[in-house]
Amino acid sequence: MLKMYYTALKSLAIKETNRYLRIWVQTLVPPVITTSLYFVIFGNLIGGRIGEMEGFSYMEFIVPGLIMMSVITSSYSNVSSSFFSQKFQKNIEELLIAPVPTHIIMWGFVVGGMGRSILVGALVTLISLFFVPLQAFSWVMIIVTLLMTSILFSLAGLLNGIFAQSFDDVSIVPTFVLQPLTYLGGVFYSISLLPPFWRAVSRVNPIVYMISGFRYGFLGVIDVPIVWTLIILTLFIAVLYTIDWYLIERGRGLRS
Amino acid sequence: MTYALEIKHLEKIYKGGVKALRGIDLTVQEGDFYALLGPNGAGKSTAIGIVTSLVNKTSGSVKVFGYDIDHELTRAKQQIGLVPQEFNFNPFETVQQIVVNQAGYYGVPRKEALRRSEKYLKQSDLWEKRHVRARMLSGGMKRRLMIARALMHEPRLLILDEPTAGVDIELRREMWEFLKELNASGTTIILTTHYLEEAEMLCRNIGIIRAGELIEDTSMKSLLAKLMYETFIFDLDKYVNKPEITGYSSKLVDDSTLHVEVERNQGVNGVFEQLTEQGIKVLSMRNKSNRLEELFLKITEENKQKETANA
Repeated sequence: MLKMYYTALKSLAIKETNRYLRIWVQTLVPPVITTSLYFVIFGNLIGGRIGEMEGFSYMEFIVPGLIMMSVITSSYSNVSSSFFSQKFQKNIEELLIAPVPTHIIMWGFVVGGMGRSILVGALVTLISLFFVPLQAFSWVMIIVTLLMTSILFSLAGLLNGIFAQSFDDVSIVPTFVLQPLTYLGGVFYSISLLPPFWRAVSRVNPIVYMISGFRYGFLGVIDVPIVWTLIILTLFIAVLYTIDWYLIERGRGLRS
Repeated sequence: MTYALEIKHLEKIYKGGVKALRGIDLTVQEGDFYALLGPNGAGKSTAIGIVTSLVNKTSGSVKVFGYDIDHELTRAKQQIGLVPQEFNFNPFETVQQIVVNQAGYYGVPRKEALRRSEKYLKQSDLWEKRHVRARMLSGGMKRRLMIARALMHEPRLLILDEPTAGVDIELRREMWEFLKELNASGTTIILTTHYLEEAEMLCRNIGIIRAGELIEDTSMKSLLAKLMYETFIFDLDKYVNKPEITGYSSKLVDDSTLHVEVERNQGVNGVFEQLTEQGIKVLSMRNKSNRLEELFLKITEENKQKETANA
């Protein structure tokens, strides 16, 4: 039975990977172009006037946050749009009639989201090498934060895909929730620069913990303790996984 | 005895209170070719949806080759192949990707899935199109692709929900032959169709659903035996007036085609005799092919009248 589930997971992961590679102009190129513009405008042109932040050049400081931003956006939008499209075109039925457990369906989509976001993250890192040299303070922290964040936002995208009833529903959350939270999550500045009140407000934003942990992996500086980064990531993954599993198992929006 | 499909007291009430199925009992024997007929909205697709896990049932039980969908869903799903009414593959994937992925969901290793894809795509005359995106296929090819996809895990029970809707006559005949061969090789087949001629041609047993109830579940032979009369079509030599055929109900469809209803024990000799007496030459004669259609309309109408009387 385990072998059967492994084959099913592999098939779904291949299908999801083929999907984002087939439409690479939509899935891989835009985040690379957007982030390159951030590097040029904020890092190079404006950053030169800002000076140092936490002991690093402004460009060095924003690189981890910008990589993380592209990872978050790519994992979320990959799963939400793929799941919703399959619902819309009804080819989700291929999975629903097959002996594929809900856990495998979820991991198939998550693997797709992780694959695309890590690939985009790697491309953005490559672009960053034109501006600053690569430095890594802790490879373990870079990898752990990257993997956990991509899992978390793939699960969040899946939740969006489950509830979405139109293509508008798929774009509402990234535009009105995800983007503001990412911009206010410390991509372009250190939380420690904020007044105490806004610093406290920022700590409610889970993305702060992810960017902080990722930046620690590159530069060794943190906005919040590492242990909190890991706790928040684990907690959100557990909660989202449980909700997604429950909704798919019950057939929310999938079975009448 | 283990049935290919065993449905007991199956009920489905949709949100809003619509009763789609009102306690259906149905059994399909292993190796059978079974037709499930009924007017639009009768509950056929709901019943199929429940068997294939696309619709949640309200109550009742469903067993597929003895596996209960409530307790052994994985085993039950492995036995079924579904060809749905609507195209539900990803139109941007290639023909081969679609069938190979589907096999993977059933645990068929990729190497074996590729081997089977050659077998079933060749059988469906789609092998040359294996690298073509599904959206580029013609309607008939898309139908064949859905059948090939459903066969990739080699199911013991194949369910086809109106597989020949919108398919031209030539292709429909080819599909009939293919399904007959498949059934002969041991696959149990359940078919819903609007082409009653198709059901008569292919199926050994038949169930008729109306308003969520199974109003007929019998062999095709005994169902057709219920037909008290049959309509024969006489092609006449050019004739202007309606011939007088006493003792038979007849209708002149055009000036050379005569429809005559012949009761089971009446025989057609009387018709010939009377036409000959009137000097009318019969060029050819055949029975109306949609006998089942007449019976279907009769049964559903009787059922409707019974319900009205009870009300």
